[in-house]
Amino acid sequence: MSRRLLVGACAVIYFFLMLPLVVVFPISLSSAAYMQFPPPGLSWQWYERYLDDPQWIDATVRSLYIGGATAVLALALGVPLAFALVRSRFPGRVLVDRLALAPLIVPTIILSVSVYGLFARLKLIGEWYGLVLAHTVLALPFVVLIMGAGLRDFDRSLEQAAEGLGASRARILLRVTFPLLRPSLISAALLAFLSSFDELVVALFLAGPNMTLPKKMFDNILMEIDPTIAAVSVMQILLVSVVLVLIGRFGRGLRGSAR
Amino acid sequence: MSSSRGAGALAALPALVLLLCVFLFPVARMLGYSVETGTLDWYAKALGEGLYLQVFWNTFWIALLVTFFCLLLGYPLGFLLATTTPGWATAGFIFVLLPLWTSILVRTYAWMVLLGRSGVLNGLLIKAGLISGPLPLLYNVTGVVIGMVHVLLPYMVLPVYGAVRRVDPAIVAAAEGLGATSTRIFRRIYLPLTLNGIFAGAVIVFVLSLGFFITPALLGGGKVMMIAVLIEQEVHETLNWPFASALAAVLLVATLAVYAAAQRFVRPQEQQP
Repeated sequence: MSRRLLVGACAVIYFFLMLPLVVVFPISLSSAAYMQFPPPGLSWQWYERYLDDPQWIDATVRSLYIGGATAVLALALGVPLAFALVRSRFPGRVLVDRLALAPLIVPTIILSVSVYGLFARLKLIGEWYGLVLAHTVLALPFVVLIMGAGLRDFDRSLEQAAEGLGASRARILLRVTFPLLRPSLISAALLAFLSSFDELVVALFLAGPNMTLPKKMFDNILMEIDPTIAAVSVMQILLVSVVLVLIGRFGRGLRGSAR
Repeated sequence: MSSSRGAGALAALPALVLLLCVFLFPVARMLGYSVETGTLDWYAKALGEGLYLQVFWNTFWIALLVTFFCLLLGYPLGFLLATTTPGWATAGFIFVLLPLWTSILVRTYAWMVLLGRSGVLNGLLIKAGLISGPLPLLYNVTGVVIGMVHVLLPYMVLPVYGAVRRVDPAIVAAAEGLGATSTRIFRRIYLPLTLNGIFAGAVIVFVLSLGFFITPALLGGGKVMMIAVLIEQEVHETLNWPFASALAAVLLVATLAVYAAAQRFVRPQEQQP
Protein backbone atom coordinates (compact mmCIF):
# COMPACT_ATOMS: atom_id res chain seq x y z
CA MET A 1 0.00 0.00 0.00
CA SER A 2 2.62 2.54 1.10
CA ARG A 3 4.82 1.28 -1.76
CA ARG A 4 2.16 2.39 -4.22
CA LEU A 5 2.12 5.80 -2.54
CA LEU A 6 5.90 6.04 -2.98
CA VAL A 7 5.70 5.14 -6.66
CA GLY A 8 2.93 7.70 -7.15
CA ALA A 9 4.97 10.41 -5.42
CA CYS A 10 7.99 9.58 -7.55
CA ALA A 11 5.90 9.76 -10.73
CA VAL A 12 5.04 13.35 -9.77
CA ILE A 13 8.70 14.12 -9.02
CA TYR A 14 9.75 12.69 -12.39
CA PHE A 15 7.11 14.85 -14.04
CA PHE A 16 8.71 17.88 -12.36
CA LEU A 17 12.21 16.76 -13.46
CA MET A 18 11.29 16.12 -17.09
CA LEU A 19 8.75 18.92 -17.65
CA PRO A 20 11.27 21.66 -18.57
CA LEU A 21 13.10 19.29 -20.93
CA VAL A 22 9.93 18.23 -22.68
CA VAL A 23 8.27 21.64 -22.99
CA VAL A 24 10.94 23.09 -25.28
CA PHE A 25 10.18 20.52 -28.01
CA PRO A 26 6.72 21.81 -29.03
CA ILE A 27 7.81 25.44 -28.61
CA SER A 28 10.83 24.94 -30.88
CA LEU A 29 8.49 23.72 -33.63
CA SER A 30 6.01 26.59 -33.24
CA SER A 31 4.83 28.50 -36.29
CA ALA A 32 3.94 31.55 -34.18
CA ALA A 33 6.17 34.62 -34.34
CA TYR A 34 6.48 34.78 -30.56
CA MET A 35 6.23 32.41 -27.59
CA GLN A 36 2.78 30.84 -27.63
CA PHE A 37 1.51 27.63 -26.04
CA PRO A 38 0.16 25.39 -27.35
CA PRO A 39 1.72 26.31 -30.71
CA PRO A 40 -0.86 27.28 -33.34
CA GLY A 41 0.95 25.25 -36.00
CA LEU A 42 4.20 23.47 -36.76
CA SER A 43 7.24 24.76 -38.63
CA TRP A 44 11.00 24.48 -38.76
CA GLN A 45 11.46 28.26 -38.83
CA TRP A 46 13.37 28.54 -35.54
CA TYR A 47 15.83 25.83 -36.57
CA GLU A 48 16.29 27.65 -39.88
CA ARG A 49 16.78 30.92 -38.01
CA TYR A 50 19.52 29.27 -35.95
CA LEU A 51 21.25 27.72 -38.96
CA ASP A 52 21.09 30.94 -40.99
CA ASP A 53 22.52 33.12 -38.24
CA PRO A 54 26.35 33.21 -38.43
CA GLN A 55 26.48 34.44 -34.81
CA TRP A 56 24.78 31.29 -33.52
CA ILE A 57 26.92 29.02 -35.69
CA ASP A 58 30.07 30.89 -34.71
CA ALA A 59 29.23 30.53 -31.00
CA THR A 60 28.43 26.82 -31.41
CA VAL A 61 31.69 26.09 -33.22
CA ARG A 62 33.67 28.02 -30.59
CA SER A 63 32.00 26.10 -27.76
CA LEU A 64 32.69 22.81 -29.52
CA TYR A 65 36.42 23.37 -29.86
CA ILE A 66 36.79 24.91 -26.43
CA GLY A 67 34.97 21.86 -25.03
CA GLY A 68 37.19 19.51 -27.03
CA ALA A 69 40.39 21.25 -25.94
CA THR A 70 39.18 21.27 -22.33
CA ALA A 71 38.53 17.51 -22.46
CA VAL A 72 42.03 16.88 -23.87
CA LEU A 73 43.78 19.11 -21.34
CA ALA A 74 41.69 17.86 -18.40
CA LEU A 75 42.60 14.26 -19.29
CA ALA A 76 46.27 15.10 -19.90
CA LEU A 77 46.52 16.67 -16.43
CA GLY A 78 43.81 14.75 -14.55
CA VAL A 79 44.76 11.17 -15.44
CA PRO A 80 48.36 11.45 -14.15
CA LEU A 81 47.01 13.29 -11.10
CA ALA A 82 44.56 10.47 -10.39
CA PHE A 83 47.40 7.92 -10.75
CA ALA A 84 49.52 9.88 -8.28
CA LEU A 85 46.65 10.25 -5.81
CA VAL A 86 45.61 6.59 -5.88
CA ARG A 87 48.92 4.79 -6.37
CA SER A 88 51.54 6.92 -4.63
CA ARG A 89 52.04 7.99 -1.07
CA PHE A 90 53.65 11.39 -0.73
CA PRO A 91 53.56 14.19 1.80
CA GLY A 92 50.64 16.54 1.19
CA ARG A 93 48.67 13.93 -0.78
CA VAL A 94 45.44 14.66 1.10
CA LEU A 95 45.94 18.38 0.55
CA VAL A 96 46.43 17.90 -3.21
CA ASP A 97 43.31 15.71 -3.27
CA ARG A 98 41.28 18.41 -1.53
CA LEU A 99 42.67 21.09 -3.83
CA ALA A 100 41.79 19.11 -6.97
CA LEU A 101 38.20 18.64 -5.81
CA ALA A 102 37.80 22.18 -4.43
CA PRO A 103 36.44 23.65 -7.69
CA LEU A 104 33.30 21.55 -7.09
CA ILE A 105 32.62 23.31 -3.81
CA VAL A 106 34.04 26.81 -4.30
CA PRO A 107 31.34 28.90 -6.04
CA THR A 108 32.07 29.33 -9.75
CA ILE A 109 31.43 33.07 -9.45
CA ILE A 110 34.50 33.33 -7.18
CA LEU A 111 36.72 31.44 -9.63
CA SER A 112 35.35 33.55 -12.49
CA VAL A 113 35.91 36.93 -10.86
CA SER A 114 39.38 35.97 -9.62
CA VAL A 115 40.58 34.59 -12.94
CA TYR A 116 39.00 37.55 -14.72
CA GLY A 117 41.13 39.89 -12.59
CA LEU A 118 44.31 37.98 -13.43
CA PHE A 119 43.55 37.40 -17.13
CA ALA A 120 42.58 41.05 -17.68
CA ARG A 121 46.08 41.90 -16.47
CA LEU A 122 47.63 39.31 -18.79
CA LYS A 123 45.45 40.41 -21.75
CA LEU A 124 43.90 36.94 -21.99
CA ILE A 125 40.24 38.06 -22.05
CA GLY A 126 38.58 36.87 -25.24
CA GLU A 127 41.31 34.33 -25.97
CA TRP A 128 39.91 30.85 -26.44
CA TYR A 129 42.81 29.17 -24.64
CA GLY A 130 42.26 31.35 -21.57
CA LEU A 131 38.76 29.94 -21.37
CA VAL A 132 40.15 26.43 -21.86
CA LEU A 133 42.50 26.87 -18.88
CA ALA A 134 39.68 28.01 -16.59
CA HIS A 135 37.29 25.33 -17.85
CA THR A 136 39.98 22.70 -17.22
CA VAL A 137 40.12 23.74 -13.55
CA LEU A 138 36.36 23.10 -13.38
CA ALA A 139 36.56 19.78 -15.30
CA LEU A 140 39.51 18.40 -13.30
CA PRO A 141 37.40 17.19 -10.33
CA PHE A 142 35.23 15.04 -12.64
CA VAL A 143 38.31 13.45 -14.20
CA VAL A 144 39.94 12.84 -10.81
CA LEU A 145 36.76 11.32 -9.31
CA ILE A 146 36.01 9.03 -12.25
CA MET A 147 39.62 7.94 -12.86
CA GLY A 148 40.17 7.57 -9.11
CA ALA A 149 37.20 5.20 -8.85
CA GLY A 150 38.44 3.29 -11.90
CA LEU A 151 41.93 2.95 -10.46
CA ARG A 152 40.72 1.81 -7.04
CA ASP A 153 38.76 -1.04 -8.67
CA PHE A 154 41.78 -1.94 -10.79
CA ASP A 155 43.27 -5.41 -10.47
CA ARG A 156 47.02 -4.77 -10.09
CA SER A 157 47.89 -8.46 -10.55
CA LEU A 158 47.38 -8.04 -14.31
CA GLU A 159 50.13 -5.42 -14.42
CA GLN A 160 52.34 -7.59 -12.24
CA ALA A 161 51.81 -10.50 -14.63
CA ALA A 162 52.89 -8.33 -17.58
CA GLU A 163 55.90 -7.12 -15.59
CA GLY A 164 56.80 -10.69 -14.75
CA LEU A 165 56.67 -11.55 -18.45
CA GLY A 166 59.22 -8.83 -19.13
CA ALA A 167 57.08 -5.99 -20.52
CA SER A 168 58.53 -2.50 -20.23
CA ARG A 169 56.67 0.05 -18.11
CA ALA A 170 55.50 2.02 -21.15
CA ARG A 171 54.27 -1.17 -22.77
CA ILE A 172 52.34 -2.19 -19.64
CA LEU A 173 50.71 1.24 -19.53
CA LEU A 174 49.69 1.14 -23.20
CA ARG A 175 48.74 -2.53 -23.53
CA VAL A 176 47.35 -3.38 -20.08
CA THR A 177 46.54 -0.39 -17.91
CA PHE A 178 44.90 2.03 -20.35
CA PRO A 179 42.82 -0.59 -22.21
CA LEU A 180 41.44 -1.80 -18.86
CA LEU A 181 40.68 1.79 -17.81
CA ARG A 182 39.03 2.65 -21.15
CA PRO A 183 35.48 2.93 -19.74
CA SER A 184 36.66 5.43 -17.10
CA LEU A 185 38.69 7.37 -19.67
CA ILE A 186 35.68 7.65 -22.00
CA SER A 187 33.34 8.82 -19.21
CA ALA A 188 35.89 11.32 -17.94
CA ALA A 189 36.51 12.77 -21.42
CA LEU A 190 32.84 13.09 -22.29
CA LEU A 191 31.88 14.68 -18.98
CA ALA A 192 34.82 17.09 -19.16
CA PHE A 193 33.66 18.10 -22.64
CA LEU A 194 30.07 18.53 -21.52
CA SER A 195 31.01 20.55 -18.43
CA SER A 196 32.86 23.04 -20.64
CA PHE A 197 30.26 23.05 -23.43
CA ASP A 198 27.51 24.03 -20.96
CA GLU A 199 29.56 26.41 -18.84
CA LEU A 200 28.26 29.97 -18.57
CA VAL A 201 29.58 31.84 -15.54
CA VAL A 202 33.30 31.68 -16.41
CA ALA A 203 32.50 32.44 -20.06
CA LEU A 204 30.48 35.49 -18.99
CA PHE A 205 33.70 36.98 -17.61
CA LEU A 206 36.44 35.57 -19.83
CA ALA A 207 34.87 35.23 -23.28
CA GLY A 208 34.93 38.97 -24.01
CA PRO A 209 33.41 39.73 -27.41
CA ASN A 210 33.89 36.14 -28.57
CA MET A 211 30.59 34.45 -27.73
CA THR A 212 30.38 30.88 -26.57
CA LEU A 213 27.07 29.09 -27.05
CA PRO A 214 25.93 29.45 -23.40
CA LYS A 215 26.87 33.15 -23.39
CA LYS A 216 24.96 33.76 -26.61
CA MET A 217 21.96 31.94 -25.12
CA PHE A 218 22.18 33.96 -21.89
CA ASP A 219 22.24 37.26 -23.78
CA ASN A 220 19.30 36.19 -25.94
CA ILE A 221 17.25 35.10 -22.94
CA LEU A 222 17.90 38.46 -21.26
CA MET A 223 16.86 40.35 -24.40
CA GLU A 224 13.82 38.44 -25.56
CA ILE A 225 12.19 35.08 -25.11
CA ASP A 226 12.51 34.06 -28.73
CA PRO A 227 11.75 30.46 -29.76
CA THR A 228 15.19 30.27 -31.43
CA ILE A 229 16.43 29.46 -27.92
CA ALA A 230 13.93 26.60 -27.77
CA ALA A 231 15.40 25.18 -30.98
CA VAL A 232 18.94 25.52 -29.57
CA SER A 233 17.73 23.91 -26.32
CA VAL A 234 16.29 20.92 -28.17
CA MET A 235 19.62 20.39 -29.92
CA GLN A 236 21.45 20.66 -26.59
CA ILE A 237 19.15 18.10 -24.98
CA LEU A 238 19.69 15.75 -27.91
CA LEU A 239 23.46 16.21 -27.65
CA VAL A 240 23.40 15.41 -23.92
CA SER A 241 21.25 12.33 -24.61
CA VAL A 242 23.77 11.12 -27.19
CA VAL A 243 26.64 11.68 -24.76
CA LEU A 244 24.82 9.81 -21.97
CA VAL A 245 24.06 6.93 -24.34
CA LEU A 246 27.76 6.83 -25.31
CA ILE A 247 28.74 6.78 -21.64
CA GLY A 248 26.22 4.04 -20.92
CA ARG A 249 27.47 1.99 -23.87
CA PHE A 250 31.23 2.52 -23.71
CA GLY A 251 31.91 4.33 -20.45
CA ARG A 252 32.04 3.55 -16.78
CA GLY A 253 28.61 3.10 -15.16
CA LEU A 254 26.39 6.17 -15.20
CA ARG A 255 25.79 6.04 -11.47
CA GLY A 256 29.49 6.18 -10.73
CA SER A 257 30.03 9.10 -13.07
CA ALA A 258 27.35 11.31 -11.62
CA ARG A 259 29.40 12.63 -8.76
CA MET B 1 55.57 -0.97 -11.00
CA SER B 2 56.04 -0.80 -7.27
CA SER B 3 59.42 0.85 -7.87
CA SER B 4 57.64 3.93 -9.27
CA ARG B 5 56.14 4.94 -5.93
CA GLY B 6 58.25 8.01 -5.32
CA ALA B 7 58.38 9.02 -8.97
CA GLY B 8 54.61 8.48 -9.23
CA ALA B 9 53.99 11.58 -7.14
CA LEU B 10 55.62 13.67 -9.90
CA ALA B 11 52.62 12.84 -12.12
CA ALA B 12 50.56 15.19 -9.96
CA LEU B 13 52.83 18.12 -10.82
CA PRO B 14 51.33 19.43 -14.12
CA ALA B 15 47.80 19.50 -12.69
CA LEU B 16 49.12 21.10 -9.55
CA VAL B 17 50.78 23.89 -11.56
CA LEU B 18 47.47 24.62 -13.31
CA LEU B 19 45.56 24.64 -10.01
CA LEU B 20 48.11 26.99 -8.48
CA CYS B 21 48.19 29.41 -11.44
CA VAL B 22 44.51 29.46 -12.46
CA PHE B 23 42.83 28.74 -9.13
CA LEU B 24 44.75 29.33 -5.89
CA PHE B 25 46.84 32.31 -6.98
CA PRO B 26 44.02 34.34 -8.62
CA VAL B 27 41.67 33.69 -5.69
CA ALA B 28 44.35 34.77 -3.20
CA ARG B 29 45.14 37.81 -5.35
CA MET B 30 41.47 38.81 -5.42
CA LEU B 31 41.11 38.39 -1.67
CA GLY B 32 44.09 40.70 -1.36
CA TYR B 33 42.18 43.45 -3.18
CA SER B 34 39.55 43.50 -0.46
CA VAL B 35 42.09 44.69 2.13
CA GLU B 36 44.22 46.74 -0.25
CA THR B 37 43.65 49.96 1.68
CA GLY B 38 44.98 48.26 4.80
CA THR B 39 41.59 48.53 6.46
CA LEU B 40 38.52 46.35 6.69
CA ASP B 41 36.26 49.12 5.37
CA TRP B 42 34.88 47.04 2.49
CA TYR B 43 33.96 44.25 4.88
CA ALA B 44 32.26 46.75 7.15
CA LYS B 45 30.24 47.90 4.14
CA ALA B 46 29.38 44.33 3.08
CA LEU B 47 28.31 43.17 6.52
CA GLY B 48 27.21 46.49 8.02
CA GLU B 49 24.95 48.18 5.49
CA GLY B 50 21.35 47.00 5.58
CA LEU B 51 21.08 46.69 1.80
CA TYR B 52 23.94 44.21 1.54
CA LEU B 53 23.10 42.39 4.75
CA GLN B 54 19.68 41.81 3.22
CA VAL B 55 21.31 40.13 0.22
CA PHE B 56 23.21 37.76 2.52
CA TRP B 57 20.01 36.90 4.37
CA ASN B 58 18.16 36.37 1.08
CA THR B 59 20.89 34.03 -0.10
CA PHE B 60 20.88 32.10 3.17
CA TRP B 61 17.08 31.88 3.27
CA ILE B 62 16.76 30.75 -0.37
CA ALA B 63 19.50 28.15 0.17
CA LEU B 64 17.56 26.81 3.16
CA LEU B 65 14.30 26.65 1.19
CA VAL B 66 16.01 24.91 -1.71
CA THR B 67 17.64 22.38 0.64
CA PHE B 68 14.29 21.66 2.29
CA PHE B 69 12.47 21.04 -0.99
CA CYS B 70 15.34 18.99 -2.42
CA LEU B 71 15.13 16.79 0.67
CA LEU B 72 11.37 16.51 0.37
CA LEU B 73 11.56 15.43 -3.30
CA GLY B 74 14.97 13.76 -3.33
CA TYR B 75 14.47 11.31 -0.47
CA PRO B 76 11.51 9.41 -1.95
CA LEU B 77 13.22 9.30 -5.34
CA GLY B 78 16.55 8.04 -4.00
CA PHE B 79 14.70 5.54 -1.82
CA LEU B 80 12.65 4.17 -4.70
CA LEU B 81 15.71 3.85 -6.97
CA ALA B 82 17.62 1.98 -4.26
CA THR B 83 14.83 -0.49 -3.48
CA THR B 84 13.45 -1.26 -6.94
CA THR B 85 14.65 -3.90 -9.43
CA PRO B 86 17.95 -3.21 -11.27
CA GLY B 87 16.13 -2.72 -14.58
CA TRP B 88 13.79 -0.06 -13.21
CA ALA B 89 16.67 1.56 -11.32
CA THR B 90 18.69 1.96 -14.55
CA ALA B 91 15.70 3.49 -16.34
CA GLY B 92 15.01 5.70 -13.33
CA PHE B 93 18.60 6.89 -13.21
CA ILE B 94 18.58 7.92 -16.86
CA PHE B 95 15.79 10.37 -16.10
CA VAL B 96 17.67 11.78 -13.11
CA LEU B 97 20.96 12.14 -15.02
CA LEU B 98 19.47 13.55 -18.22
CA PRO B 99 18.26 16.71 -16.46
CA LEU B 100 21.47 16.83 -14.38
CA TRP B 101 23.65 17.06 -17.49
CA THR B 102 21.30 19.23 -19.53
CA SER B 103 22.57 22.80 -19.64
CA ILE B 104 21.35 24.89 -16.70
CA LEU B 105 20.57 27.61 -19.24
CA VAL B 106 18.25 25.34 -21.19
CA ARG B 107 16.40 24.38 -18.05
CA THR B 108 16.19 27.94 -16.77
CA TYR B 109 14.85 29.12 -20.12
CA ALA B 110 12.26 26.35 -20.02
CA TRP B 111 11.13 27.43 -16.55
CA MET B 112 10.74 31.01 -17.80
CA VAL B 113 8.48 29.67 -20.54
CA LEU B 114 6.54 27.56 -18.04
CA LEU B 115 6.19 30.02 -15.17
CA GLY B 116 5.75 33.39 -16.90
CA ARG B 117 2.61 35.54 -16.59
CA SER B 118 1.43 34.37 -20.00
CA GLY B 119 3.41 31.15 -19.67
CA VAL B 120 2.38 27.55 -20.13
CA LEU B 121 1.27 26.84 -16.55
CA ASN B 122 -0.76 30.01 -16.08
CA GLY B 123 -2.31 29.50 -19.51
CA LEU B 124 -3.40 25.96 -18.69
CA LEU B 125 -4.70 26.88 -15.23
CA ILE B 126 -6.75 29.79 -16.57
CA LYS B 127 -8.12 27.69 -19.42
CA ALA B 128 -9.10 25.00 -16.91
CA GLY B 129 -10.94 27.66 -14.92
CA LEU B 130 -8.92 26.98 -11.76
CA ILE B 131 -7.67 30.56 -11.42
CA SER B 132 -9.04 33.84 -12.75
CA GLY B 133 -5.76 35.74 -13.13
CA PRO B 134 -2.15 34.63 -13.64
CA LEU B 135 -0.24 33.50 -10.55
CA PRO B 136 3.03 35.34 -9.84
CA LEU B 137 5.46 32.46 -10.36
CA LEU B 138 8.35 34.17 -12.13
CA TYR B 139 10.71 37.01 -11.15
CA ASN B 140 10.23 36.30 -7.44
CA VAL B 141 11.52 33.89 -4.78
CA THR B 142 9.02 31.20 -5.86
CA GLY B 143 10.47 31.09 -9.37
CA VAL B 144 14.08 31.10 -8.15
CA VAL B 145 13.41 28.27 -5.69
CA ILE B 146 11.60 26.15 -8.31
CA GLY B 147 14.46 26.57 -10.77
CA MET B 148 17.17 25.89 -8.19
CA VAL B 149 15.43 22.81 -6.78
CA HIS B 150 15.23 21.45 -10.30
CA VAL B 151 18.95 21.97 -10.84
CA LEU B 152 20.06 20.62 -7.46
CA LEU B 153 17.64 17.73 -6.94
CA PRO B 154 19.99 15.10 -8.45
CA TYR B 155 22.67 16.07 -5.91
CA MET B 156 20.24 14.96 -3.18
CA VAL B 157 19.01 11.83 -4.94
CA LEU B 158 22.47 10.28 -5.37
CA PRO B 159 23.67 10.35 -1.70
CA VAL B 160 20.24 9.15 -0.50
CA TYR B 161 20.41 6.32 -3.04
CA GLY B 162 23.86 5.36 -1.78
CA ALA B 163 22.77 5.41 1.86
CA VAL B 164 19.65 3.30 1.28
CA ARG B 165 21.72 0.80 -0.72
CA ARG B 166 24.06 0.35 2.24
CA VAL B 167 21.22 -0.72 4.54
CA ASP B 168 21.66 -4.47 5.11
CA PRO B 169 18.65 -6.21 3.49
CA ALA B 170 18.91 -8.91 6.20
CA ILE B 171 17.82 -6.39 8.85
CA VAL B 172 14.79 -5.44 6.76
CA ALA B 173 13.96 -9.10 6.12
CA ALA B 174 14.25 -9.86 9.84
CA ALA B 175 11.89 -7.00 10.72
CA GLU B 176 9.43 -8.19 8.09
CA GLY B 177 9.64 -11.72 9.45
CA LEU B 178 8.82 -10.39 12.90
CA GLY B 179 5.70 -8.76 11.48
CA ALA B 180 6.76 -5.09 11.37
CA THR B 181 4.64 -2.87 9.12
CA SER B 182 6.34 -1.08 6.25
CA THR B 183 5.84 2.27 7.98
CA ARG B 184 7.51 0.92 11.08
CA ILE B 185 10.38 -0.57 9.06
CA PHE B 186 10.92 2.79 7.45
CA ARG B 187 10.81 4.72 10.75
CA ARG B 188 12.90 2.32 12.79
CA ILE B 189 15.39 0.99 10.23
CA TYR B 190 15.73 3.00 7.02
CA LEU B 191 15.39 6.49 8.47
CA PRO B 192 18.04 6.19 11.23
CA LEU B 193 20.43 4.26 8.98
CA THR B 194 20.20 6.78 6.13
CA LEU B 195 20.55 9.96 8.20
CA ASN B 196 24.18 10.23 7.06
CA GLY B 197 23.12 10.19 3.42
CA ILE B 198 20.41 12.77 4.05
CA PHE B 199 22.91 14.98 5.79
CA ALA B 200 25.56 14.62 3.08
CA GLY B 201 23.03 15.49 0.37
CA ALA B 202 21.62 18.43 2.30
CA VAL B 203 25.08 19.90 2.85
CA ILE B 204 26.02 19.64 -0.84
CA VAL B 205 22.74 21.23 -1.92
CA PHE B 206 23.00 24.02 0.66
CA VAL B 207 26.63 24.82 -0.17
CA LEU B 208 25.99 24.84 -3.93
CA SER B 209 22.90 27.03 -3.40
CA LEU B 210 24.92 29.72 -1.64
CA GLY B 211 26.99 30.43 -4.75
CA PHE B 212 24.25 30.07 -7.37
CA PHE B 213 24.28 32.62 -10.18
CA ILE B 214 22.45 31.67 -13.39
CA THR B 215 19.08 30.68 -11.93
CA PRO B 216 18.62 33.71 -9.64
CA ALA B 217 19.95 36.02 -12.35
CA LEU B 218 17.34 34.86 -14.88
CA LEU B 219 14.37 33.63 -12.82
CA GLY B 220 14.78 36.41 -10.26
CA GLY B 221 14.57 39.02 -12.99
CA GLY B 222 16.59 41.52 -10.97
CA LYS B 223 14.06 41.42 -8.14
CA VAL B 224 15.61 38.57 -6.17
CA MET B 225 19.17 39.45 -5.27
CA MET B 226 21.54 36.68 -4.24
CA ILE B 227 25.16 37.16 -3.33
CA ALA B 228 26.61 35.76 -6.58
CA VAL B 229 24.38 38.06 -8.65
CA LEU B 230 25.50 41.01 -6.55
CA ILE B 231 29.18 40.13 -7.05
CA GLU B 232 28.69 39.96 -10.82
CA GLN B 233 27.02 43.39 -10.81
CA GLU B 234 29.78 44.92 -8.71
CA VAL B 235 32.37 43.67 -11.20
CA HIS B 236 30.56 44.26 -14.49
CA GLU B 237 28.41 47.32 -13.77
CA THR B 238 29.72 49.19 -10.76
CA LEU B 239 33.34 48.21 -11.44
CA ASN B 240 33.96 48.24 -7.71
CA TRP B 241 36.69 45.61 -7.46
CA PRO B 242 37.62 45.89 -3.79
CA PHE B 243 34.00 45.65 -2.72
CA ALA B 244 33.29 42.70 -5.05
CA SER B 245 36.37 41.02 -3.58
CA ALA B 246 35.14 41.54 -0.03
CA LEU B 247 31.75 40.08 -0.96
CA ALA B 248 33.47 37.12 -2.63
CA ALA B 249 35.63 36.59 0.46
CA VAL B 250 32.54 36.46 2.69
CA LEU B 251 30.86 34.00 0.31
CA LEU B 252 33.99 31.85 0.17
CA VAL B 253 34.41 31.75 3.94
CA ALA B 254 30.71 30.96 4.44
CA THR B 255 30.86 28.14 1.88
CA LEU B 256 34.02 26.56 3.26
CA ALA B 257 32.88 26.97 6.87
CA VAL B 258 29.57 25.19 6.23
CA TYR B 259 31.38 22.46 4.35
CA ALA B 260 34.11 21.99 6.96
CA ALA B 261 31.61 22.01 9.84
CA ALA B 262 29.52 19.38 8.06
CA GLN B 263 32.54 17.14 7.45
CA ARG B 264 33.04 16.85 11.21
CA PHE B 265 29.56 15.41 11.65
CA VAL B 266 29.79 12.85 8.89
CA ARG B 267 31.12 9.45 9.89
CA PRO B 268 34.39 8.42 8.18
CA GLN B 269 32.74 5.76 5.97
CA GLU B 270 30.67 8.52 4.39
CA GLN B 271 33.62 10.61 3.32
CA GLN B 272 34.50 8.41 0.38
CA PRO B 273 32.65 9.81 -2.64
